[in-house]
Amino acid sequence: MSTYLQNLGHSVLDFFERLGRGHLFLWQLLLGLPLLLRRFSLVIQQLHSVGVLTLLITLVAGLFVGMVLGLQGYNTLVDFGAEESLGVMVALTLVRELGPVVAGLLFAGRAGSALTAEIGLMKATEQLSGLEMMAVDPFKRILAPRFLAGFIALPLLALMFSAIGVMGGYLVGVQLLGIDEGAFWSQMHAKVDFVEDVLNGVIKSVVFGLVITWIALFEGYDAMPTSEGVSRATTRTVVHASLAILGLDFVLTALMFGS
Amino acid sequence: MENNANLIKIRGLHFSRGERKIFDGVNMDIPRGKVTAIMGPSGTGKTTLLKLIGAQLQPDQGSLVVDGQDVHRIPKKSLYQLRQKMGMLFQSGALLTDLNVYENVAFPLREHTQLPESLIRPLVLTRLHSVGLRGARDLMTSALSGGMARRVALARALIMDPMMIMYDEPFTGQDPISMGVLVELIRTVNDALNLTSIIVSHDVPETLSIADYAYVISNGKVVAHGSPQQLWQSESEWVKQFLDGRADGPVPFHYPAADYQQDLLATAKV
Amino acid sequence: MAKRNVEIMVGLFVALALAALFMLAMKVSNLSGLQGVQGYHLTANFDNIGGLKVRAPVTASGVLVGRVSAIRYDTQQFQAEVTLLIEPQYAQFPEDSSASIFTAGLLGEQYIGLEPGAEEVVLREGDELQVTQSAMVLEELIGKFLFDKASGE
Repeated sequence: MSTYLQNLGHSVLDFFERLGRGHLFLWQLLLGLPLLLRRFSLVIQQLHSVGVLTLLITLVAGLFVGMVLGLQGYNTLVDFGAEESLGVMVALTLVRELGPVVAGLLFAGRAGSALTAEIGLMKATEQLSGLEMMAVDPFKRILAPRFLAGFIALPLLALMFSAIGVMGGYLVGVQLLGIDEGAFWSQMHAKVDFVEDVLNGVIKSVVFGLVITWIALFEGYDAMPTSEGVSRATTRTVVHASLAILGLDFVLTALMFGS
Repeated sequence: MENNANLIKIRGLHFSRGERKIFDGVNMDIPRGKVTAIMGPSGTGKTTLLKLIGAQLQPDQGSLVVDGQDVHRIPKKSLYQLRQKMGMLFQSGALLTDLNVYENVAFPLREHTQLPESLIRPLVLTRLHSVGLRGARDLMTSALSGGMARRVALARALIMDPMMIMYDEPFTGQDPISMGVLVELIRTVNDALNLTSIIVSHDVPETLSIADYAYVISNGKVVAHGSPQQLWQSESEWVKQFLDGRADGPVPFHYPAADYQQDLLATAKV
Repeated sequence: MAKRNVEIMVGLFVALALAALFMLAMKVSNLSGLQGVQGYHLTANFDNIGGLKVRAPVTASGVLVGRVSAIRYDTQQFQAEVTLLIEPQYAQFPEDSSASIFTAGLLGEQYIGLEPGAEEVVLREGDELQVTQSAMVLEELIGKFLFDKASGE
């Protein structure tokens, strides 16, 4: 019994310790950001590895999600004779929810895990220590550019996901199932609000981008410097980041569209 | 600065990791312009000592003065300035994997100076030439052998014209030729550039062949120090065992255990 | 050379994202529709607005002319007071125009339809539409139908 309590106490303390370290880590990341104004080329490099390399998977996924929404939505709406609202349904679902969330999940799986593995390996091969000994702050030189890039890339990816998803819905709804093209676009146009729907979706994806990149970098930086430690950290990144996205999505949705 | 002969002065250094004491009151002087070896069995915290000198770790107690500055009590900015003058060679080389050899060597210059490419190029090429790898400048670090990676790392450490270089296990896992190259390089570089070198190693013959002075540490304490000749002639059983690499002696072959016979009988009963 | 390629790819990436934003802004959402807060406000009191929401369309002869900008309950007259934001190019509604709440289809959203009157004087910023027709509430309709049927026999 007492060992059980001891273990419980230990894991609670460990949890708070990690939480504290995670936030100190975030603070150091933020301190590294101002330097990047002078060396934006570092960020460009990282935008390539977290953004451009995630683009293809995001576009393909977006197209298919849009097409599925078109198909499912049509089957439901046609019973009410409201199939012309398909465009509204597809667009709202994408810009409010699926764009930020699914793009975020893909980003966590593709870019987040890669970031963790990269930083973890840099730690395991003493590259981070080496930088410190060369009087180069790894936070400023290595971590902050990746943080900023992740934070910029996800909203852009989510926008592209939503846009191509709407195109997918259009393909299925109008080209395949024969909904009137004019009604599809004009109803969407009348019911989707730029600020309320599109911008709120962008805000969501900014928050997700920040959280995913933060988790990914922290797990890499905090990983045990062995191959096993790095692989475990990579798994943790995907699991924690995905849960964080879904949990935060609920909170943000309640805040934005609740009342 | 009262005693200019010693670049590094360590006094009463205590350091522990969790429950385990790594250093228990270590005193050490590293003379300027010489090659000093720090030797000891695996797990005695030799690498930790280098990290303490570079102030990547904080000691529990004691002072560590490098070039007149107590590295654990100066502000971060001064520490970073001091580190620019300290080169460190990690066991793995710690080269940046996303850059090629040339860019790795040029890295400190690009970070710390605003020099134009026309000045960086000759500096990088002379350093690469001095480690014999001028021809390998376009290789990626993944294409280098362990010994080559260490030589590139040495070129990188030399590029900022440091006052000292710390070598962390430079000879571990090297074939005889690379080992010979590294031994030769450490000595010639030290003398040609008037550096202070610290070698942390447990490769006794190689290290002692180029060291001017050596410390042997074990169980958190300095157990012997002196010139290589003095160490070879040491009367201490422990030092003899370590230097000659005997299997049994003051450091027992067996991990502490219960009586052998009783242990065997106990197993039989179960 | 490799660095240049990276920069080009990132440039393309950002351009593509901006194109997506443009499409979402112009084609998918109504950023181009109601430009900010331009236009003039009219108020109308209704006994019952049913399920009318802020941002519901305001139409005249089926053409979108504005949107509902606010809904509040008027505690003096015990009625719902609805504020309409009408786009500036439709500034010619006569004083005796009427507003009715309609439902798009049987279960669709509710919207306001404006019926122009015949007066010379036109409505201006802040004026009130005097003639209004409340929303049809399904329960009331059914109740009335049953009552009529019962009393008719």
